[in-house]
Amino acid sequence: MAPLLEIRDLHAEITGGRKIINGMNLTINPGEVHAIMGPNGAGKSTLSYVLSGKPGYEVTSGEVLFRGVDLLSLSPDERAAQGMFLCFQYPLEIPGVSNMAFLHTAANSQRKQRGEPELTSPELVRKVRELGKQLGIDTDMLKRPVNVGFSGGEKKRNETLQMMLLEPFLSILDEADSGLDIDALKVVSNGVNAMRSPDRSFLVITHYQRLLDYIVPDVVHVFAAGRIVHTGGKELALELEATGYAQYQNEAA
Amino acid sequence: MAAVQDTVEQVRSIDVDQYKYGFETNIESEKAPKGLSEEVIRFISARKDEPEWMLEWRLDAYRRWLNMAEPTWARVDFPQIDFQDLYYYAAPKKFKAPKSLDEVDPEILKTYEKLGIPLREQEVLAGVEIPEGERPKIAVDAVFDSVSVATTFKEELKAAGVIFMPISEALREHPDLVRQYLGTVVPTTDNYYATLNSAVFSDGSFVYIPPGVRCPMELSTYFRINEKNTGQFERTLIIADKGAYVSYLEGCTAPMRDENQLHAAVVELVVLDDAEIKYSTVQNWYPGDAEGRGGIYNFVTKRGDCRGRNSKISWTQVETGSAITWKYPSCVLRGEGSSGEFYSIAISNGRQQVDSGTKMIHLGKNTTSRIISKGISAGRSNNTYRGLVSAHRKATGARNFTNCDSLLIGETCGAHTVPYIEAKNPSAQFEHEATTSKISEDMLFYCMQRGLSQEDAVALVVNGFVRDVLQQLPMEFAVEAQKLISISLEGSVG
Ligand SMILES: Nc1ncnc2c1ncn2[C@@H]1O[C@H](COP(=O)(O)OP(=O)(O)OP(=O)(O)O)[C@@H](O)[C@H]1O
Ligand SMILES: [Mg+2]
Repeated sequence: MAPLLEIRDLHAEITGGRKIINGMNLTINPGEVHAIMGPNGAGKSTLSYVLSGKPGYEVTSGEVLFRGVDLLSLSPDERAAQGMFLCFQYPLEIPGVSNMAFLHTAANSQRKQRGEPELTSPELVRKVRELGKQLGIDTDMLKRPVNVGFSGGEKKRNETLQMMLLEPFLSILDEADSGLDIDALKVVSNGVNAMRSPDRSFLVITHYQRLLDYIVPDVVHVFAAGRIVHTGGKELALELEATGYAQYQNEAA
Repeated sequence: MAAVQDTVEQVRSIDVDQYKYGFETNIESEKAPKGLSEEVIRFISARKDEPEWMLEWRLDAYRRWLNMAEPTWARVDFPQIDFQDLYYYAAPKKFKAPKSLDEVDPEILKTYEKLGIPLREQEVLAGVEIPEGERPKIAVDAVFDSVSVATTFKEELKAAGVIFMPISEALREHPDLVRQYLGTVVPTTDNYYATLNSAVFSDGSFVYIPPGVRCPMELSTYFRINEKNTGQFERTLIIADKGAYVSYLEGCTAPMRDENQLHAAVVELVVLDDAEIKYSTVQNWYPGDAEGRGGIYNFVTKRGDCRGRNSKISWTQVETGSAITWKYPSCVLRGEGSSGEFYSIAISNGRQQVDSGTKMIHLGKNTTSRIISKGISAGRSNNTYRGLVSAHRKATGARNFTNCDSLLIGETCGAHTVPYIEAKNPSAQFEHEATTSKISEDMLFYCMQRGLSQEDAVALVVNGFVRDVLQQLPMEFAVEAQKLISISLEGSVG
């Protein structure tokens, strides 16, 4: 089986600034859930930005294959259409643009790029309402401008809604659990679990083992100083909770 | 909801880098001799079969104009205009006011067809998909260079008592009505360009809504400059008598030419007791090319007089075209309890220069006004909001709310806000909010991560930015305006 994502010896820096990703290797196969844990400032969010193509970062060497395609040569929207989704640690607000309109535009932009038929308004509205019900997002929130005035938890639910509508092959969740109360944590995790399938994978960045009780990973990586320094099974998360990262930080240095 | 989606689709479907209205109609025209003189003014007046008083009025304006100077206070920069190097009148040759559409030159009909302007009464504005039966009717007055070539729905409007016709025709058919109001809102000596317009205006629309009548359909005028080296000086006069209501739309385009062309219009609105005029403009004159060659100089005076108690004027404008825009649609709030609104979207790209805004002059008691202005600058353009809110000594209880937001796209454009506030009555309450922001890279990236191309992302963010104003436009115009916004901003990032 061909891997979904292959990162080979990736080095990246902030344009004109510090080097953040430092010889990163990672292979994710279809259907797998990988968790990444690591100290603050290690470069986890940066990794998610480099993979999704955010301007302001420069890949200095290495390569990334996504579904067999050279990911780094694609623009952010092309990566999205290929099936890469980034669940933002801090979702952006877009004043004046209704959530529903945004979802419609996003879904159909991707479909158009892939040469698939577009969703009609009624189709989309039906789908979104259904997902909204699962995630505890009411119609009022769908009419409001994207994320404007949403609470931290509501923003995360909204990210999950976008993910479930867009049905990406790889979802990168950057601290999807931060700011969530227990109920919201369950709702978001249930959403992810409902999407799990043999051809869909997840890269879950988190600081807390608790999230991994709900989204059970196949593999756990320790990420420090810009690369993966240790890999284990789901029990590694529990271990880390007890011991912290001190030993790995030495290893990375 | 689907509005934003529409925009995005329309951007895709439209050829980039093309001012798609830039074509030229090949038609023989009759012009006044080049330059400006009493003789030329007599020529125009004679062509229009005007009453003697009208000619005198024009000549009086001309003589005053000779002693006036061009205003220099606006933040715009352009070479001196040679007023003797222009034609002041151009009309399709052998032009006789057509009795029906069948008499209109087919070349001209084709032009409007290409522009998507419905001259046949069963048509609607192009690009609007509304099922038969639900389509709003729009009466159109089509002005081609210096003459009105067609006016639709005349009969139906007449039955309602509404007068909607070219002003040249109104001067012949309703001279007393025109004379009673013409120049009473924008006096001939108001400013350099208005005075010039008073001397040489060629055509434009005249609207009169009788007492208590709600105009049964939207009225619109569509201006097209076609001839080379020809200025367009139209004059519009709209009167809403007591308790009347009308919604009026104005659109305009011009061919792409290397030289600049002058457009100096005057619009006067008169609103009596309990009446209301809603005036919407989508201004899409040719803006010139990316290097700033060509384009229309749009020097326009628009003013409404809320003469009656509880009268109301609402200006909504979407300004996307013109090389230079100099335009301040204003309200004189004379009647007690009258109110004025100004909603504006002004977009500048390339080398465009916009200096636009409004004046709200509170004269009467308990008058209110509201200003919402959204300026978007991209490319190497400059975009200035200039607004005056004043309360007269007697304007007890005057209230104004102003919100003025600017959005910058890129590093090489400018946005400026110049508010003037004068309150001579201590009870006046004026509120002013203003923001300037750069289009956020993070916001664009967020949109692109969800699948939108860079241009779609910009269009979406900008549409969100201008939403409050777009909502003020009649629906079919809002669609048109959204299209324009996206086109105007093409190539503004990356
Ligand atoms: N645009 C930037 N300019 C300068 N430094 C940056 C920029 N973006 C990230 N950094 C730095 O890069 C390092 C890695 O940041 P990153 O956000 O990727 O860490 P992280 O592993 O996600 O941390 P956390 O667990 O706190 O979310 C940090 O030291 C951060 O300050
Ligand atoms: Mg982070």
